[in-house]
Amino acid sequence: MTAVTPAPPSTAVRPAPAGAVPPGRPAGRSRLRTLAGFAFGAALLFAVAPLVLSDFRLALLAKYLCVAMVAVGIGIAWGRGGMLTLGQGVFFGLGGYAMAMHLKLAAAGPGGMPDFMQLYGQLDELPLWWRPFASPWFALPATVLLPMAVAFGLGSLVFRRRVRGAYFAILSQALAAAMVILLIGQQGTTGGTNGLTDIKGFFGYDLYDPVNQRMVYFIIAGTLLALLALTRQLIHSRYGELLVAVRDGEERVRFLGYDPASVKLVAYVVAAGMAGLAGALFVPAVGIISPALIGIVPSIEFVIGVAVGGRATLLGPVLGAVAVAWARTALSERFPGTWTYLQGLLFVVVVAFLPGGLASLWALARRRDVAAQPLWRGRLSLGRRRAERTEVPAA
Amino acid sequence: MTVLFGQLFTGISIGAVLLLIALGLALTFGQMNVINMAHGEFIMAGAYTTYVLQQSITGAGLSLVVALPVAFVVAGTMGVLLEVLLIRRLYARPLDTLLVTWGVSLILQQLARDIFGSPNVQTRAPELLTGNVALPGGLTIANNRLFILALALAAVAALTLALRLTPLGRRIRAVVQNRDLAAVSGIATSRVDRTTFFLGSGLAGLAGVALTLLGPIGPTMGTNLIIDAFLVVVVGGIGQLKGSVIVAFALGVLQATGEYLTTLSVAKVIVFVAIVAFLQWRPQGLFTLRTRSLA
Repeated sequence: MTAVTPAPPSTAVRPAPAGAVPPGRPAGRSRLRTLAGFAFGAALLFAVAPLVLSDFRLALLAKYLCVAMVAVGIGIAWGRGGMLTLGQGVFFGLGGYAMAMHLKLAAAGPGGMPDFMQLYGQLDELPLWWRPFASPWFALPATVLLPMAVAFGLGSLVFRRRVRGAYFAILSQALAAAMVILLIGQQGTTGGTNGLTDIKGFFGYDLYDPVNQRMVYFIIAGTLLALLALTRQLIHSRYGELLVAVRDGEERVRFLGYDPASVKLVAYVVAAGMAGLAGALFVPAVGIISPALIGIVPSIEFVIGVAVGGRATLLGPVLGAVAVAWARTALSERFPGTWTYLQGLLFVVVVAFLPGGLASLWALARRRDVAAQPLWRGRLSLGRRRAERTEVPAA
Repeated sequence: MTVLFGQLFTGISIGAVLLLIALGLALTFGQMNVINMAHGEFIMAGAYTTYVLQQSITGAGLSLVVALPVAFVVAGTMGVLLEVLLIRRLYARPLDTLLVTWGVSLILQQLARDIFGSPNVQTRAPELLTGNVALPGGLTIANNRLFILALALAAVAALTLALRLTPLGRRIRAVVQNRDLAAVSGIATSRVDRTTFFLGSGLAGLAGVALTLLGPIGPTMGTNLIIDAFLVVVVGGIGQLKGSVIVAFALGVLQATGEYLTTLSVAKVIVFVAIVAFLQWRPQGLFTLRTRSLA
């Protein structure tokens, strides 16, 4: 235990020796393909989707893309870092509430109070912690920095003490439960179960105007592409390699002189920031943020999209999240019960039998040697299985 | 003084419910490292078993007595099915069991909705358990709470004795302490796993019967309870029962005290912060099996 391991070095990431193995494929072709991929994605999101889809469907797509942003973060933390976070709803909610509070205050005008506070009638003046959110210069950075700060706080406590695996997953889920109960309990200042509703304006633009809704969609699509570019750089960087190494053999990485806690913390904080940004953009797109959107159940539903798409790939989480959200809308409108069964089955089948997600089917078609192995223990699981085998056996 | 004792007993009765739920988890999570999110739905199954039995057995007292063993077997059988069909394939990937069993719990919830309907249903409590016991000093204790406390303690006692004294218990402890060594000593570990899963899930069924005494039962009743129960096991330390017992009552008292001093919602946050702080001190939980592993 503690006595066995050397003291971790003070710096998180040491420079690797010169001539370290360059990550991934030959740089030139890979970069070209990535650029082509991004151009294709941009064309799809910015040109095809607005032309093909009705205003209603486009607004739905905007909502799905917000979920996809959370999924990108989960892909980093869980797929590349091995930290199953079941509480991303907390960060999504922090971002969403920060944005909604600002929009509510902006709508109420200077010195005004949000409508629901007068409705419940317990307060004579704005609570102290609402006040800074009147300024966009505070509220907008807060949508990202607030979740990151919470993730940093929890993560630095938890990872330093080597709380991990299932313990970490349960703790992150408990965080979501605590947050929701707190929000509902403080109805007078948070809107309780209803959340913050009826958000009509976005920095002076009327959100009921289809043109402005379209603008919100473009902002969301652009942000998602930017996050994907950032993630691509991150996972192909030296840090990205280290993160995968920590996932696959934390003790080995520690013995090599790195500090796994810091490596994991960075991934967790980045994922939280992405979820916060997604929450902030979700509010103008949908017009509401409420505890029902950020609790235990939505938090774990963020994860299923990632699992379906392929947790350790760049695009898998995005495509999986959009596909699951779309299927949910399409099916639950008509047969609400069937969707729940299907969702349950999706969890069971994908996670148990296809841990690499749908992305691994593509790899399966390309590489025949993979096809020879059973799905649940082959290279599709991207090293997870191998890592657990090489770890020093417990007990 | 009365207030103090009142809060203490409220805390203990919250703890008793937690303990009854966490006991099964301590067994499955503790021995097999399986995070069974469907445990909450096994509780639900136990509760609905009571409801179904009351349709044919009119006496509330008798139905409760019958429901206890029946619910144990119903939930236990569901647990064995789950183990044989899914969990057995996933022992090497504990985090993935969490997601898979979550999917199972979604399916079971919807199944309950389709069979019994979405609205909560009510069961009848025996007259014996509806009253209060008056203690000197103006203190009253609800009978149903006392019953649950007794049931929880009886379950702990029975489980402890079974683990200590029976050959099965000896095998279970051997597998917990060193699975590989147990296997080479001739213990059929996979059969022990299945039995353990039956016992753990059966205890969830018992918890479900007990919960019918406290309020209405519904398809999502398990989800709300399961996380607190998991926290009990995490903080108590896996592999042993005594940690879970102590922590269940400690968290119950902390929750009740926090609720009394502040509000329900703030008390939940206090409990969460206390748990994170506690894990700073003992990241492996209150009691741990001594091992030489790094993890």
